[in-house]
Order: sequence, then C-alpha cells, then structure tokens
Amino acid sequence: MRAANLSYTSREQVEVYRFSWPVSVGLPLLMVGLQSFMPVRLPFLRVFDFGLLLTIFFAVSRRSQVSGMLTGAAIGLLQDCLTHTPFGVFGIAKTLVGYGASSIGIKIDVENPGSRFLLTFVFYAVHLAAFMAIERWLMGQPVHFNLGHEAGAAVANSVMAVFLFALLNRFKIRE
Amino acid sequence: MNLFSRHKNTVVLAAVLLAQLLALAVQVKRQTAGGPVRVIRLVAVYTLTPFERLLIYTGEGARALWSGYIDLRGVRRENERLKAEAGQMRLERAREQEDARQARRIQALLGFKEQWIDTTVAAQVIGTSGTETSRLLDLDKGAKDGIKVDMPVITPDGVAGKILAVFGDHLSQVLLINDPTSGVGATLVNSRLQGIVKGTPTGEVALNYIMGDESVQPGEALVTSGGDRVFPRGLPLGSVASVSMGRNLFFNIKVKPAVDLDRLEEVLVITAQKQREPDTAGLGPIRASDILSQHLPGVPQTAAQTPGAPAQPGTQTPGTQTPSVAVTPKAPQNSSATHAAAPNASQATRPAQVAKPLPVKPAAEGTRPQ
Repeated sequence: MRAANLSYTSREQVEVYRFSWPVSVGLPLLMVGLQSFMPVRLPFLRVFDFGLLLTIFFAVSRRSQVSGMLTGAAIGLLQDCLTHTPFGVFGIAKTLVGYGASSIGIKIDVENPGSRFLLTFVFYAVHLAAFMAIERWLMGQPVHFNLGHEAGAAVANSVMAVFLFALLNRFKIRE
Repeated sequence: MNLFSRHKNTVVLAAVLLAQLLALAVQVKRQTAGGPVRVIRLVAVYTLTPFERLLIYTGEGARALWSGYIDLRGVRRENERLKAEAGQMRLERAREQEDARQARRIQALLGFKEQWIDTTVAAQVIGTSGTETSRLLDLDKGAKDGIKVDMPVITPDGVAGKILAVFGDHLSQVLLINDPTSGVGATLVNSRLQGIVKGTPTGEVALNYIMGDESVQPGEALVTSGGDRVFPRGLPLGSVASVSMGRNLFFNIKVKPAVDLDRLEEVLVITAQKQREPDTAGLGPIRASDILSQHLPGVPQTAAQTPGAPAQPGTQTPGTQTPSVAVTPKAPQNSSATHAAAPNASQATRPAQVAKPLPVKPAAEGTRPQ
C-alpha cells in the first residue's frame, strides 16, 4: 500500500497568498532602502537583513518554489547593487533561501510566531553558510566567522521577523 | 511525464543558480601567479586543459624520444655559445644594478616634496551599503562638485576612507578604511615603522606587515605615510589598540581608528592636493647631514638644552638641533598628540565648502627620508 504524503499543516495553513504589484515591488525597494539609510543614524541596525526577512516572508506566503527563488534572486541582486562586491553574491544566497523557505512553507505551519522564529533562525544560518561559501570558494576571500556575533544576529533577525511578518500579513491577498 | 516537468522546480533552481554563478564568475578575478584572472576563464581552462595536456604530453614524448636520443648533434657547440652569452649577461647585470641604485637615489631626491591640502568639499552621508560585509557610504556630492575616484575622505578627527565611485552629479560612494578591500599606507609616529592599514571582515581596522621583531606599543599613534599616493602624509589614522604575534613572522596589530566610522554624518573630500619643493631660498648651501638631522627623530628638548631661541633649519650645526615641528619621538600617545602631529590637517577639515590651502607636513617633517 502506498503511503500518503503527510504534512504538518492544517487545511487553513496551506492557503496560498498573493500580493499586489505595488507591494511585491515597492516593499523590497522600501525595506532595502531603509536598511541602507538607517545605519547612518543607528549603526546597530546594520545587523538586520530586511532583504532576507522579506525573501522568507514572500516565499512562505506564496508557497511556490519558483516564485520564492525568483523573489530571493531579485532582492539579493538589489542588495548586491548597493555593495562593491560582484553581482550575485547576495543573489545566490537569497535564491537558495527563497527556494528552501517556499519548500518548507508547503510542509509545516509557518503562521505561528514560534515557527517563524525558528524558520528565520535556520534560514539566517543557511544564508550565512551560502554567503561564506561563495566568498571563500568562488571569490577566494578570507572568511572570518564570529559565532557569538552571528548567533546574536540570527536571534535579532528572528525576533524582528516575528513582528515584521505580523505587520506584513496585512498585505496578503488570499487566492 | 518527462524529466523536466517532473523536476520543474529543481531545474528552475539550478538554472537560476547557474545563471548567477556564471555572472559572478565573469566578474570575479582570482589572483594567480601570473596576475588576476577571471574565474570563468580559470574554470574553462581547468576543464579543458586535461585533454590538451594529454595531447601535448603524447606529442612531446615522441619528440623527446627523437631529440634526446637521436638528434644530439651540435649540443657541444651550443653549450659553448651559451656559456659566452651567460658571461656577457653577467656584465650587463652588474651595469644595470648600478643604474638601478642611481635611479633609486634620484627617486628619493625627487620624492622629497611636501604635500598640501588645497581644497576640500563638505559632504553629507546619505546612505550605507546596508550590509556588514561591505563598508561603504553614499555621499550627496558628486561629479559636479569636483569629486573624483580615489580622492581622500577625512573628518576633523582623521582619515575616513576614499572615493570608490562617482555615480552622478550629486552622488558618490566612499570605501571606508575598515572595509577588507581598503588599504592605507601608514606610519607609526614613535617608531617610524611603516605598514598598511586594512579593514577586516569583522569591520575592525588592522595594521599589517610589521615584522614581529620590531617594538610596537599599544597607544602609539598612526598617521598616513603618503606612500599609497592617495592620502596626504601626516593625517591621523588612529592608535594601536593591541599587539599580538601573528603568523608569517608579522605582528597582529589592531588599530583604534581616529574616526568613529560607524557614526559618520558629515565628511570632507580632499579635492585637490598640491606638492611643492621644500623652500630652501635664502638658506644657503645645505649639507646632507643637516637635512638628515631635521628628519631623523631626535632627543626631546629640555629647558636646560634650550638656552636661547631655536635655531633655523639649515643653519644649525649637526648634532645640536632638534626637529622643527611638534612631533617628538616620545610624546604622541593618544589622539590629542596625533592632532599635535598634524595641526594644519585639523584646520583643513573645518566644514567649509572650500577650505584655504593648508599644509600637511608635520609628520613628514618628523620623519626620516623615505
């Protein structure tokens, strides 16, 4: 007898959402712009990666792997534009996150704060690992890993995700 | 159902990643023994060369068999010709070494110039890269304000970075000194040791290439050496925060920047520097020992040693004079001492749209010839 595919989601939780075009385009521009501007006045805000948080949010809401990875690629490349590193470093890392987050979004409940915290924490680590791998193996740059700092940043981003996702839920449109 | 439709998402992921990897490989250059090479070229070469090697080695093996065992005629004659050629080349080498020594002496003489900050432009910081890995600032001044790539960016406290790109009439980008890709020629004020100040991936600043057998004390001030041809000499860079032994016989020296790089809101871009020869008019003939004695660190003057007014440079007798500027070998241990080392640089950094020509010479005056 063939086993049925099991997922840890209720019927309500597998709802697929979409976003209006102004939100899909304007929100990433706004958040990445804020991320660029805010550290001028508040340097500690540099620890937040709003591009990553948006990638995870769009991916788990749309629950489409193609859409998730394309959103991640677009946001990542937008961030690459603001740095002096070659195009594609953040793009590749966020493509992987978009794909992974949308894949997981299909399988588990991503609507409660606990799972959002964990999801963001895990994908922060995935993003960091992909980023460091690209820096080390493709670009030949020395990579420094500060466990305390990165763990703190992962927690900070995860906490921010819980509040930000609750705010961004207002922009969801049920399909 | 074919393979593509069954694994559509994975195929799209692979395609998107491959496209970005290719784009990245086109841009990135890796340092090789022969210089920087694009990664895509390296990948292509490493993929193709095994086959080429196989063909070449096969052909060379056949040729070696012929030339190594069969075609040995004329080897002794060629050996004699090569020996004569080697003797001739040894003579030429000796002559060229002498030329090189002479060139270095002339270079040192020509390089003995004072640098002045001529004009500066005040700019507002309007953005950052938004990431911890890329230490950049966006400025509200650009090409129309005379900003060009590689111009130094300073604050009243010291060096902040240099212009990395000019995007338009009113937008430019600064590479801060704590970015891993930056580099500033630096001199330790007391010991006169020279190294390169670079950023680290964690956003700290480090002084590199100081040998482990030298003496470097925490707190010692650092100023720009001018050797990078971007920053004028004598601008404050910071002070030594900690010293530890690193790998490869060099010290690990952490530097506390003179400027708070995380809280920059306004900066000055040095849009023009002037160089001029030292003013020696009216000093009469200058002896080499006089010039050296002005630029080597001396013993700080005490009251007992200064019965009268300080003598003019060039008129003192060797061995009795002291440096003519505020830089003494023992004094600068903090940032205020650093300001004393570059008083005019501090004046130049007042937030005026265009500052008056100001000299940046004190550290140079306190140094021995580079």
